[in-house]
This record gives sequence, C-alpha cells and structure tokens, in this order.
Amino acid sequence: MKEKLILEMEDISIQFPGVLALDHARFDLRRGEVHVLLGENGAGKSTIMKILSGINTDYSGKVIYKSEEIQCKNVQEQKRRGISMIFQEMNLLRNLSVAENIFMSQRPTTKIGNIAWKTMMKNARKLLDSIGSDISEKALVSTLSVGQMQMVEIAKALSYESDIIIMDEPTSALTEKEVDNLFRIISTLKEEDVAIVYISHRMEEIMKISDRITIFRDGKYIATKDKTETTIDEIIALMVGRELQDYYPRIQVKPGDKRLEVKNIRQGNTLKNLSFYAREGEITGFYGLMGAGRTELMRAVFGADTIDGGDIYVNGKQKKIRSCKAAKDSGIALLTEDRKHQGLVLDFDLNANMSVTNLAKIMNAFGINSKKENRNSQQLVDIVNVKTPSLKQVVKNLSGGNQQKVVIAKWLNSESSIIIFDEPTRGIDVGSKVEIYKLMNQLKKEQKAIIMVSSELTECMGISDRLYIMHEGKITGCIDEDRIRNVSEEEIIKYATGSADE
Amino acid sequence: MKKLRFSINNIATLVVLLVLLLVMSILSPVFFKSANLINVMQQVTVNAIVAVGMTVVILTGGIDLSVGSIIALSGMIMAKMMVEGDMNSVAAIFVGILIGAVCGLINGFLIAKCKLQPMIATLGIMQVARGVDLTIAQGRTVSGFKPFFRKIGVGTIPGTTIPVQIVLMLVIYLLIFYLLRYRKFGRYIYSIGGNEEATRLSGVNVERYKMMAYVLCGVTAAIASVVMTAKLNSAVPTAGEGYELDAVSSSVIGGISLTGGVGSLWGTLMGAMIIGVIKNGLNLLNVSSYLQQVVTGIIVIVAVLADAFKTKAVGRKKSN
Repeated sequence: MKEKLILEMEDISIQFPGVLALDHARFDLRRGEVHVLLGENGAGKSTIMKILSGINTDYSGKVIYKSEEIQCKNVQEQKRRGISMIFQEMNLLRNLSVAENIFMSQRPTTKIGNIAWKTMMKNARKLLDSIGSDISEKALVSTLSVGQMQMVEIAKALSYESDIIIMDEPTSALTEKEVDNLFRIISTLKEEDVAIVYISHRMEEIMKISDRITIFRDGKYIATKDKTETTIDEIIALMVGRELQDYYPRIQVKPGDKRLEVKNIRQGNTLKNLSFYAREGEITGFYGLMGAGRTELMRAVFGADTIDGGDIYVNGKQKKIRSCKAAKDSGIALLTEDRKHQGLVLDFDLNANMSVTNLAKIMNAFGINSKKENRNSQQLVDIVNVKTPSLKQVVKNLSGGNQQKVVIAKWLNSESSIIIFDEPTRGIDVGSKVEIYKLMNQLKKEQKAIIMVSSELTECMGISDRLYIMHEGKITGCIDEDRIRNVSEEEIIKYATGSADE
Repeated sequence: MKKLRFSINNIATLVVLLVLLLVMSILSPVFFKSANLINVMQQVTVNAIVAVGMTVVILTGGIDLSVGSIIALSGMIMAKMMVEGDMNSVAAIFVGILIGAVCGLINGFLIAKCKLQPMIATLGIMQVARGVDLTIAQGRTVSGFKPFFRKIGVGTIPGTTIPVQIVLMLVIYLLIFYLLRYRKFGRYIYSIGGNEEATRLSGVNVERYKMMAYVLCGVTAAIASVVMTAKLNSAVPTAGEGYELDAVSSSVIGGISLTGGVGSLWGTLMGAMIIGVIKNGLNLLNVSSYLQQVVTGIIVIVAVLADAFKTKAVGRKKSN
C-alpha cells in the first residue's frame, strides 16, 4: 500500500484571527482513490485543502508530495505540480468561451506569441471528450448550466495533468442526472490513477463513491476509515463525538401562543415548501449544514428576498411581507449572519447604528433630539453590555463580540416581538457567546418569540426549546420540547444529511 | 469620533477659504470692498443652491449629472409661460419647480427601482432634458420678465442692501441642514450611503428615500434656475452647461465623500464659496476664463487627494 501514497500532510496547523482553524491535523492520499473529507461546518476540511492548493499559505507543518517535501506557496505552482481544486463557488469567467476558460492561464501560442486558437479549441475538445462531455468548446460559459460548468472546471483541472483533484461539495448545485455523470467521470479518473479528495455532507453519496473517509472535528484530525469497514452511524458518531458543554444556561419558560407561523414557503430551488412556527417565550432553533437554506429561509420570512409563494402569519393574522420594512412593521426583527456587510454601517458610530431601527423613539416635535438619543442608546448599551469608550465610537473599531451586541441592541430598539438570530455567535469569543445566550434567555422570559439559526449542533441542542432541522431547502426533522433534552446528536445529523429516511 | 473628523474637515475647508480671501485681498485691492464681496456671493448663489441637492444625492452614494439640463429646461419653460403665455410669476415658478421635481423623480425611479447606475441614468436624462429644452426653445432666448420675478435675482430685501438671492440660498441651506440633521430623512440618507444593504435590512424603505434624494436634487436645480433666469433677465437655451461639474466640485471640495455617507452641508457651502472666490479673484486679476477652468480642475483634484491622504493617515494610525 505504502508505495501508492502520493501525498502525506502531517502536523498541519493554521491560525485565523481568533481561532486555531487547524490543530496539528493530518491527511494522506493514495493514487487512484476517492478520499472523502468529512466534518461539521468549521471542522477545517476546506481549510486543509486550501493549504494544499496553495490558497492558505500561512500554515505550519509538513507536506510530502510524490515522496518529496514541498512548500505550498501559491496556486499556480501547486497547479503545475498537479494539484487542482474545484471550488463550491466556481471560478469561471462567464463571458469567455469554454475553451478559453479551460486554458485560462496557459494559453497555447504560436511562434510569434499570438494565441493559437485552433490548437486551443482542439485541445479543449479532446479534454471534454475524455470526460464524456458534449459541451461545445466554443460555447460561452454564461450559457451553461451549473452542472456543465462543473464539467468545465474538471476539464480545466485535467488540463494541468493533475494528479490530485480536490472537489469541494461538487454536487451541492447539481441535478441527479448531473451527479450520476460526475460520478462516472470520477470513476474514469480513478482508473487513470488520479487521486480525488471529495468534500461533501451527503452521506448516501459518500457511501457510494468513497474508498476511504477521513473525519475532522474542530480543526483536529479524528480518524480515517476504509469505507468497507465502517457504517454511517459510526461516521456520524465520529463527526459529533463530544459532550454537551454546560455553558448553555437554559431557563424554563412556559411557551405561549404562536407568534409567527409560516406555511408552504417556496423560493426557486432553495426553499421547497417549508412550514414552521415560533411561539412566544420559546427559542426555536434551526439546524442544518452549509447550503441547507436556513439563512435563505429567514431572509425570505423577513422580506429581504422575494418568494415564489407561501403564507406568513403574525399573531394569527396573515401578513403580506414584501419588504424588510413591512416585516419590521409587523414586529419581526432579523439579526443577519453577516454583521459586517448586512448588519452594521461600520464607519458610523453606535448612536447612528442603533437608532436607525426606531427613530420615532428619539424624536420630539422638532425632530431628532440628541439628548433623547444618547439616553436611549446608553440604555441599550447597558442592557446588552457593549464595551465601548463612548456612544460616538465608530463600530468598525469594536471587537466582533461587541459588534454583535450592537446588532442585538439595534434590534432590541425596534421593540419587535419576533426576533430571528442568524448565527448569533459565529466568530466571537466564548465569553461573549454566553452573554448572548443569556440575553436570548432574557428575551424569552419577556415573552418574545426567538428564532435561532445555527451551524453549531451543541449550541442548537443547548439553547433551543424546539429544533427544526433542514437539509437542501426542506425541513427534514423537528425535535419538540419533550425530546430536546434527550435527543442524540446522531439523530440530528441524520436529518441534516438527509439520511434519515430508512 | 465621526463628528470629530467632520469638524476637522470643515475647519480645514474654512482655513482654505480664509487663506484664499487673504491672498486675494493682497493681490487685488478692490477684492475686499463690500461691493465686490456681495458680487462674489451673488456669483456663488446659483452653484451653491444646485450643490445642496447634489450633496444629498452624493451622500446616498449616487451622483446627478442632469442638473445643468434641468436648469435649462425648467428655466426655458418658466420663461415661455411668463413671456409668451402671460402667466402669473408665482404660478410659473411653481411649474418650473414641478418640472425639476419630475426630472428628479425619473432619475430616482431609474436608479432606485430599475437599479441603473446613477452615472448612466442621469447622463441619459441630462441628454433628454437638454434635447427637450432645445426643441422648445427653437434656438431663441426668451427675455422680458415682470419686475416681481426679476427681484428674485437682482432685488434686495426691502430697507436693506442684502440681495434676495443670498437670503433665499441661506434659507435653503438651513432647511436642508435641518432635514439632514434632525429628520428621519437625513438619518436614512447617510445610512444608505454608509451601507445600503444594511440599511435596507434595518427595515428602511431605501428605494423611497433614494428617490426622494433625486427629487430634491431636481427641485434645487429648478430653484437655482429661477434665480439665474431672474438675474440674467432671460432664459438661454444653452443655460446651465457644466453646472453639474461645479456642483460636484463644491461638494467634493467641501469634504463630501463620493462613496457616500460622509460629509456635511456646511462643507458644501464653503466648497461653493471657494470656487466663487477663486473665479472672482482670477477675474479681478484678468486671468482668462479658459485658464480659470484649469485652476478649478486642479483644485478639485487637490481636494480629493488631500482627503484620500487624510483617510489613509487615519487608517495607518488605527492599524498601529
């Protein structure tokens, strides 16, 4: 076996602001195998592959490729060595032809340096034929389907005569037929001794095409298993494998009436007929893996994106919510996942950021009153405990946790009765996390209806009173308040990976 | 912190203005005569009024290139109605302003609802409005207004020597300052310029406020047109050409950031005065109007460079 090894990565660590994204992780790869990398969001799967493909360069550790120790310094060099990565969000230039995209950085040229169009077209055709694709090499990329673009990406990777091809969730946007086609190509590549790293969340897929499976958790290497020697249950247990920590301060409140009820909401391919409700005095959790459609669902409910259909009821009354303003006026608040770009005006001070949701509150007959504004802002800052030298501080200069608290304060200011938190604790330190949980509990006590979207399973289980689980635009499971205390993580992961049908 | 930077900015602009006044009065003995100072102010008013609306639009992160054409179009229609239609002056002024508002509404609709680039939308309307103006005018200048109308441009407040147009300009500045500082309108305009998506997700009707900004810009252009037409005692088909650039320059010199969300109206007023003083001074020094354009252009570039340099310096200090 040993001589078939093409790659060994050992003792790999990398530090991102605030987190150790990889902690002495390792990974190896054999020629002609499909090796699946598995783990929860933030486990470090994509990170280690970005190191290998030369994107994350600030790492420490040893990479041995074809029996030689190498430094992964830049993407072009790695590609020349034969390591290519195909990204979830594809890197194609939409206004150029398929052939031009395939030979993006290595255009064949004639003797005097002109582009050799004929050669390029011919070679592109050959590559496309080799993977059994009938896409025209002359077609514009913008006219292709997502599946076809994936084919172009693969052809592009092959044009470097890659020995390793890394695919990051390649099937997340593909139709069933396209997935079958991709799997066929993967088998062809295997026969040609190409090693494939396959990152995916879909259990059934993984069991179908993988040879070996490596599991990461919290930036650490956990285990590598031969597919033939393992089961889905074992893999899920390895993915999760930790105790519920006790820093989730749950409190008991008797839930009241349904504040928000959503029925059959639909949106293109992202939301497929979802229904759910949220009650006052209750934290309703939403768990799902990347791309499950949780953020899209909340944005749709909040009127940030248009929907194709579905009904929204607030306090039992049907509401037409076509804009964020309409949502706010109905008493809904959305604390967006991306606070820097969607939650805050970074160059403005705390006052301006917090007041904007409820200016009427700080106005008198003449207009906005700065005394009233300062008093109101000070109250909000005290409630959420923002650490800031002054209300005139520009929020850009606050830490992530404090910025998140400003976002919370901003929406407390709107006095909404339904508050949606989208990934409220992402990227903030543990201390702030606990403070945010306590705030959510406080709001629960005040009979608000709280919705929390999270990718952290322990958080979902520790804080929510009821939990919905999503997978590919559908709600695949719901754990109600009687079961939330003793549900297993394995069960939830099964729902989240869409493998709970049996 | 934000407020502090604004005031430093305003003080810097004020210092530049004072230095200019000093230099001019040394170079030209007649400069500081009160007659000339009033002259300067009178030259400033039209541009300063146009610049108010321009500033509001730039604060949202947009730009309005059509103001020059709006000046010509609404001035021409106003004049025709008064001279050829024998319409009451007040009614004609009202119609003129309405035309400005409609042009602004079209701009705003194209930008806010149809999501066109502000530069492209207003460039188009600039051409359309100019074309309509030239068609209506048929190449002829319209002149001969009633004394009441002329007073707006050349009259003084009864019992004083203060020109009506200067009072009008100051009233507009106070009014818009109030709107920007003390009403929801202002908060939303700044917020949209600071981060449009975050503002929309805060439950603000962004489209509506963006449209209001362009309507306001059209209205101030039309008011400027009233002042200018009254001052010249005629409506010229080619009026207002290049005024959009003067208005943008005034805003930029006054510290309004073209990316939106930053700056104050007082900066714009000083920016307009700086341009006015330079033009007046160069006139007194017998510099040709061609060369004056060169000087104005250089000043705009220097102002923007100074602002970029300052921002960079602040950024460096923060990262250390």
